[in-house]
Amino acid sequence: MTLLLDARGLQKRFGAVVAASDVNIAVQAGERVSLIGSNGAGKTTFVNMVTGYLKPDEGRITLDGQDITPLAPRAITHLGVARSFQIPQLYGALSALDNMLVANACHDRRLSFWQPARRPEAIARAEQLLQRFGLIDHRDRRVSELPGGVRKLLDIAMALTGHPKLLLLDEPTSGVSAEEKFPMMATIMDALGQEVNTTVLFVEHDMDIVERHASRVIAFYAGRVIADDTPAVALATDDVRRYVTGELLAE
Amino acid sequence: MAFCAALCIAGLFAPKWLTFLVTMAAANGLVSLGIVGLMRGGVVPFGQGMMLALGGYAAALSFNHLGITDILLLTVGGGAVAALVAAPFAPLLSRYRGIFFAMLTLALSMVLYGLLMKLTILGGSDGFNVGRPTLLGQKLPDSHSGYIMFVVAVVLATVMALLARVYFDSTRGLVTLAVRENELRVEYLGGSVRQAMTINFILAAFCGGMGGALAVLALGHIEPNFSFWTTSGEFVFVAILAGWQSVAAVFVASTVLEVVRSFSSAYFPNTWQLVLGLFLLFVIRFLPGGIGSLWMKGKTP
Repeated sequence: MTLLLDARGLQKRFGAVVAASDVNIAVQAGERVSLIGSNGAGKTTFVNMVTGYLKPDEGRITLDGQDITPLAPRAITHLGVARSFQIPQLYGALSALDNMLVANACHDRRLSFWQPARRPEAIARAEQLLQRFGLIDHRDRRVSELPGGVRKLLDIAMALTGHPKLLLLDEPTSGVSAEEKFPMMATIMDALGQEVNTTVLFVEHDMDIVERHASRVIAFYAGRVIADDTPAVALATDDVRRYVTGELLAE
Repeated sequence: MAFCAALCIAGLFAPKWLTFLVTMAAANGLVSLGIVGLMRGGVVPFGQGMMLALGGYAAALSFNHLGITDILLLTVGGGAVAALVAAPFAPLLSRYRGIFFAMLTLALSMVLYGLLMKLTILGGSDGFNVGRPTLLGQKLPDSHSGYIMFVVAVVLATVMALLARVYFDSTRGLVTLAVRENELRVEYLGGSVRQAMTINFILAAFCGGMGGALAVLALGHIEPNFSFWTTSGEFVFVAILAGWQSVAAVFVASTVLEVVRSFSSAYFPNTWQLVLGLFLLFVIRFLPGGIGSLWMKGKTP
């Protein structure tokens, strides 16, 4: 295995709130890592620092050995990091297909003034991904009219357009009903399974989903990493049972 | 293209006042076309009169002092000058949205208006006259100069409309639509919002400059009012009337404005702006997507 992402000594404060305190995380290529923790534990802050939306007060983040700490989100995206959002960030007035075509176009650094966005090969590529995520029936529907679960899947499909090395999914199943969560996560993981070179970090609150789909768990509490191991080991630690799953508090 | 040819033929039989009206509608439509390009990215400039004035003064000065008399050269040159002057401001303006963008563009146009009013070398508040242009080395005959201007304006408007359609349908054009919807996601997908807005502003300036040059050559006169804020307001009026989806609608809306203005001026000389205002209210109430939404419904914008 080769080291893909290496975050060393990350610190981030918002006034008196500590969002990241000496966070050290190394992710090997090909891993499926789940970030867990209660609200405000620092999971999304970590995702935002890796993708360039937030700059750490201290510390350094490298991707494939390259320092990405000072880079803007766009530059980091071009190095192979993509993300989806807890609240899907889509183009509501456009169709699902057009959303995919925008994603396709944005990955091209040299946008054309005359090459049609809706050219056959671009449409075929977009349809292939829509098919993989089970979205092909929604191809021509306006995104603002789509149900929440479909919007979540489209958000992830768009992130996958550039075949990223590292994909960060921020709560991919949040806001989806309990019955829909498992099939939806299965759809996502099946679709990601075809991206053999993509390493996945996903923020998740449902421990059943974590156990089923993650090869490694990193637990956060108050901006610190309190566990980093396989799901079976990490979820059994006292800190995780106390601060994340709440089992020890119940006892 | 067929419509353009039919219009040129129809112009042979149309009265002079009508061909002049369409010539001005085509020239003004070019300015509004630039605004529509910016509207697709989610911003509305209130200072596009500046581009009209820049293109107009550039054409008029080139005609009077450089001896360039060809309509096509002057029109393209007017567009190029406006684009060149706009280019240094474009990166700054690309950082602003909403009312701030509108007010900054308005401020720039009013600075230019103030300068033009004070510069006696450019005729001050009276402006100055421009002679009759040539076309491809040929002098325009007295009897047909108006018609030839009309044909040139219609052909140039058609060419620019087709180019605009190609641009709107391109990958860059689609990313502009995405910027209007969600800038954050564009950046996270690897697109540059500021680059898109910068380019759109420069392209809008080019269209505005072309429109200004055409208008000056058709009118034979230029004055600082080209850069006044009420002139910019008229172009915004046309852009809102047209909507941001259809290119053809821009020229339809521009023609509607010229017709309403001409007839209202004739029959309600002191209250024609009232008629215009009521007309705009009607459009906003019943056609919020503009005239273009009448035939773009269900189609990809």
